[in-house]
This record gives sequence, C-alpha cells and structure tokens, in this order.
Amino acid sequence: MKLLVGTAKGLIVYQILHKEAPMELGIHFLGYAVNTVFVDERHDRWWVGVAHRHWGQKLHYSDDQGAHWSEASMPSYRMATLLSGEKAKLRQIWSIQQGGNDQPNRLWIGTEPGGLFESKDRGLSFELNQSLWNHPSRKKEGQWFGAGSDFPFIHSIVVNPVDSNHIYIAVSCAGVFESKDGGLNWIAKNNGLLATYLPNPKVEVGHDPHQLLMHSKFPDVLWQQNHCGIFFSKNGGDLWSEVFLTEGVSSYGFSIAIDEEDPAKCWVIPVESDQRRIAPNLRLEVFETCDFGATWNSESKGLPTATCFDIVLRKSFVRTNKIMVFGTTNGNIYYSLNEKNRYWQAFNTNLTKVNSVILH
Amino acid sequence: MAKVKFTSALQRFFPGLEGAYFEGDSVQSIIQSIEVRYPGIQHYLLEEDGKLRRHVNIFLDNEMILDRNQLSDPVTDSDEILIFQALSGG
Repeated sequence: MKLLVGTAKGLIVYQILHKEAPMELGIHFLGYAVNTVFVDERHDRWWVGVAHRHWGQKLHYSDDQGAHWSEASMPSYRMATLLSGEKAKLRQIWSIQQGGNDQPNRLWIGTEPGGLFESKDRGLSFELNQSLWNHPSRKKEGQWFGAGSDFPFIHSIVVNPVDSNHIYIAVSCAGVFESKDGGLNWIAKNNGLLATYLPNPKVEVGHDPHQLLMHSKFPDVLWQQNHCGIFFSKNGGDLWSEVFLTEGVSSYGFSIAIDEEDPAKCWVIPVESDQRRIAPNLRLEVFETCDFGATWNSESKGLPTATCFDIVLRKSFVRTNKIMVFGTTNGNIYYSLNEKNRYWQAFNTNLTKVNSVILH
Repeated sequence: MAKVKFTSALQRFFPGLEGAYFEGDSVQSIIQSIEVRYPGIQHYLLEEDGKLRRHVNIFLDNEMILDRNQLSDPVTDSDEILIFQALSGG
C-alpha cells in the first residue's frame, strides 16, 4: 500500500511495509505547497492540488503513480458573481472526489469561495454546479462565510457508494448539504448541529463542519468533526447528535477517521480550542469510541509524552484496511498497523506541515 | 514587437521559456501573444478575472505597470518588459 503525503513543501510518496519502516519512494512538486491529494481508485489516477504563492492554485494528475505529471485545466467560475456583485474567482481547491463506479468519468471538486465543480470527462473540463452556487441560503449575508479564510470553502464531498446521485458536501462555513439527484437540488442537513459562535446556535445554515465522513457500508451513518464538537447522524443527516470526549478533553479538532466495518467506531485527534490551536494539555492523543461516542479511550501509545504542540488538520488522518496514518502541522508522521495493542510509530519527524494524507 | 524577459522561476513550468519579442501595443495584448507561444502561462500570471495576480509584477522599462486590473498600459516597440514574481516570505 502506498502513502501519499501532501505537505507545505511538496508531495512525498511512501510504500507501507509490514515488517519494516515505510520506504520513501519519491518527492514531487518539491518546494511547492501541496494542499490537496486524491486518488481516483477507478483509474488509479493521482490528483494533486498545488497552491503557488505567486502563480495561484494549480491542479495536476498522474496516470503512472507519479512517474509523469500533467497539468489539468483549472475549474473556472466564469461569469459567476459573489453576493457583493464582485466576480467570483477560484482561490483554492479544498477537496477532490470521484463519482460512483457507474459514473467512471465523473469527478467533483470543492473550492473556495464555495463553488462545487463537476467534471463529466475525467477532469478534462469542469462546470460550476449552478444549483448549489445559486442556493437560496447563499442569497443572504451571514449564512455562507469564511472560517480562517476570506470566503467559504467546500472541504468534504461524499458520494453514497450505493447511489452515485446521492451526494453530501460540507462547507466551512455554511454546513452540510445533501443532493439526491446528482447535484440538481440541494438541501441543508444541519439539524442538531450547534454554531456556538453565532447569536442563534441552531441556525439552519451557518455551521462549521471541519470534516464529514460517510460509512461505506451503512450510508445513513455520517460522522463529522465540527468546530463546535463531534457529531454523528444515523439517518443521513436528518438529525445530528453531539458526543463528548473524555471529561477534561476538548472536543474541538479538525480530523476524524471511521471504521470500515463498525459504524459506531470512530477516532479523533483533539485540539485544545479555537483560540489555542495546540495539542490539548500539550499532549498529542488519539481517542477511540466503539459505541457512537458514549465512551472514549485514549489510544495513544507511542505518541510523544514530552511537550508537544502538534495538531492534525482535516484530510491528514486516514484509515484504510485497518492501517491508520496521520501527519501533523509540525511535520511528524505516525502510523499504526495493528488493531490490538495499538502502537503509533513515527517514521518521519522532520517534514514540514502536513496538509493531506492518502492511503492507496 | 516589444522585448519581454521572464523570471527564471517560470521556467520550471514552461521549460522552453526564454526572453523574446512579442506582438502587442498594451500589456494585455503582449500577454495574449505570450499565451499563444506558451499555452497556459496566462493562468500563471493573471487571475480568472484577468487581473494581474497579487504576487506577480510586470515592469515596463523599469517602472511597475500602473493598471493591474485591465493591463491597459501602452507598449511600444522600443519598450522592454520584465515579468517577475513579487518577493514574499515563508
């Protein structure tokens, strides 16, 4: 299995080995900020978003596992305008997602300032999803807005594995939206979430999910790490339930991972608070629940016991085939191969900020 | 035909890029001529709305261009244009 790590200074590719430390296979886009990494499993196509300080956001793909890269045409907002009347322009690519297996050429891209783009030709061209861009909730100030950025951005795109037309997106800030018709219509799915930074925390739109995941075998089960806590839904987002970490530990954070089999199982890596984005109590810890968040256990053997400032961003914590990997803002990468007696091993502590991690 | 020089940083994306003469009587039309020879370079220099990217500078005979939005600064054959990245930290 390969591990792709998008960092502030390039893409690093490793081979995961079971009896030895992961082997570094190569570095791509050296010196450039790789802010998004995605593998289209249907075609074994690697996608990388590169954010150049000077030259803007770019999109590249490789069909031979990084031996050669091609630059793709960037999605364009064309004539779309912001609420202010100013012309919209793409600031950053935040998410890439493949369509269903019955839509082999479909690709979705989530961007800042809040546009969702769709490709029907495997990424040769992209069209702005007009119904989401013109959603009634966007027409009022204060419902879609930036969070740590100037504009709202779509960081999570989830496609139901048994129904390609059933799609969720998550926007910081606006919340979760669902389409059951392939993106023709969208409805907000934020009932039960809390936006404690607003005068009315129970607004319909204005929430800040940090990462949204769907269980692949129970698609009605959704999990999200939100700005205001950890939430799950057992009914496709009709109602969200909040869960709390162990007493004394913040439920704030960015990253979340779920089990491939058991929908009640989830892992989070908390951050102290919005105001202090550091490991809680300066201890980097992974928490696991096996009962939909009723109880949590720290699963942190192997992680540093000394003072630690690291946090883990959305997209930087993954679980595939029971292998778990996360990369931190301080350039440390940890992985765990065994479910029983979980032990985290660091295999590089000298990287730069990790933006995105993919196991493939 | 105005003489255009490029920052070497762009050669990483456009390996054959080199200083040359390009047709045009404004900065905008010069960039259009450059785009013909080096397809895609416009997106490196300009935003989607056609404005010069914030961290890209264009000098016209050692003076920074005045119109970063419409790129309307007039260019004559005797002018020399330098396309450069702005200095930035990090």
